[in-house]
Amino acid sequence: MMKLESLIEKALFLSASFSALIVFLITFFLIREGVPALSLNFLTGLEWRPGQEFFGTLPTIIGTLWVVIGAVFIALLIGVPTAIYLSEFAPFWVRNIIKSSVEVIVGIPSVVIGFFGLMILVPFIRNTIGGRGESILAGWIVLAIMILPNLISLTEDSLRAVPKSYREASLALGATQWQTITKVIVPAASSGIRAAIVLGVGRAIGETMAVLMVIGNPETPWIPTSILDMTRTLTSTIAIEFSYAEWGSPHQHALFAIGVVLFLLVTALNFVATFVIRRNKN
Amino acid sequence: MSYQINEELLRFRPKMAQDKVIFNDFNLWYGEKHALIDINIAVKSNIVTAFMGPSGCGKSSLLRGINRMNDIIPVARSTGEVLIDGKNIMGSGINVYDLRKRVGMVFQRPNPFPMSIYDNIAYAPLLHDVAEEEELDKIVENSLRGAALWDEVKDRLDDSAFSLSGGQQQRLCIARALSINPDIILMDEPCSALDPIATIKIEALMRELKEKYTVVLVTHNLQQAARVSEMTAFMYIGEIIEFGATRDIFENPREELTEKYITGRFG
Repeated sequence: MMKLESLIEKALFLSASFSALIVFLITFFLIREGVPALSLNFLTGLEWRPGQEFFGTLPTIIGTLWVVIGAVFIALLIGVPTAIYLSEFAPFWVRNIIKSSVEVIVGIPSVVIGFFGLMILVPFIRNTIGGRGESILAGWIVLAIMILPNLISLTEDSLRAVPKSYREASLALGATQWQTITKVIVPAASSGIRAAIVLGVGRAIGETMAVLMVIGNPETPWIPTSILDMTRTLTSTIAIEFSYAEWGSPHQHALFAIGVVLFLLVTALNFVATFVIRRNKN
Repeated sequence: MSYQINEELLRFRPKMAQDKVIFNDFNLWYGEKHALIDINIAVKSNIVTAFMGPSGCGKSSLLRGINRMNDIIPVARSTGEVLIDGKNIMGSGINVYDLRKRVGMVFQRPNPFPMSIYDNIAYAPLLHDVAEEEELDKIVENSLRGAALWDEVKDRLDDSAFSLSGGQQQRLCIARALSINPDIILMDEPCSALDPIATIKIEALMRELKEKYTVVLVTHNLQQAARVSEMTAFMYIGEIIEFGATRDIFENPREELTEKYITGRFG
């Protein structure tokens, strides 16, 4: 009997080790394949011409930052007021409708959102504002839609977590509801909101498909000067080029190196977010 | 069971004081629940009035009728009048925010804001347009002195309010209530989360506060009512069973229910 128990325990341990092993393997291969291509020139070079073995990723890094920062900013502009409305003002039934609609967005595959962007958004931008339509602006909108649900629900959660006693104390001092929200509730929830932003940035950096479909991905990327410019992101570069990078070629190593950069960025952001949330709880 | 009634309180007679808050046929419902039934009492000026009774008797609801904090509960509705200095605060044309500036409130659990000690006190004056730093400093000092906390915190005003002990936090909340320079201070079981030493300090403070303010205290601690209040209302299931000088309530209750409660036969 005891023997069986310990067998079961060992089997469970093996299953549990599996996911740790996967992370280890991915990290190992990323580093083995990518690190040789990492260099100062890789990070600061202006030209990306795999055919001539120029692997400068600076335009791509800046393109990524443009797309991500803009998208997070737009998501914040819509998401924070939405969360405030949901947690402080919305009647029960309105909150239910809005929350379930927002949750539906999470369920839409990113390729579908990208397709919508390419078919509707891109022509709309081309016809009303100008440029080719495939642009940083289109990337902003598509990406903002994708990070919005998480941002709203995390922000709403942290607003709701603010003790009711703060609200009562503030109202009893003659503060209006709006004063209470801006001066007490939002500041008290701010670390939760910051964590939501960091997680949003992480998600935005890692998101590939939807963005790829609407930002144009010029063959030789340049540092964008307008939100109507086409650009590339780190993720879209890997997704587009992996299929014609030869195994073992410098091109392939460069793509792995982009993977390393992405991996480090997103891991660092998740780490920061976890730290912020934990500090919030204490 | 006997109660020690403060000697100073023994000399008090209701007709010695003026009416401050008058409830006229005040009724309150939470949805279908009739929480306060035909309340008719006058809370006197510059004394401590205690509302006591078992849990759920409506004493907190009655207290919140004085600064209309029942308004923030969506299902609450009321009828009747509540007069403060003769003016009906339930009437139209009453600005509830101005009303709450005249009525400070202290809650069951210390609930300082997650800010510095200074900012906790400065919060309300800043909302109500006190902009000058000197004036603000003065308000903060006076409020903390009024709550007998100044000497303990004057060197650490920028520390977080959460660095204070529970009793200090509650006195900070009293100071915060004083910062709006109210006439009336409502205390909703202010000692229920505190240890006996902190409770003694808060009770001493109540006796000081009534010199300048009208204090209304909700408590389910009979000894506390006997120790600090001139007048006591005994409530049971939404009704005032008996209201009078604390001495009379404790030594010669008119109602059988009051006597049962005082002697610990229910509650």
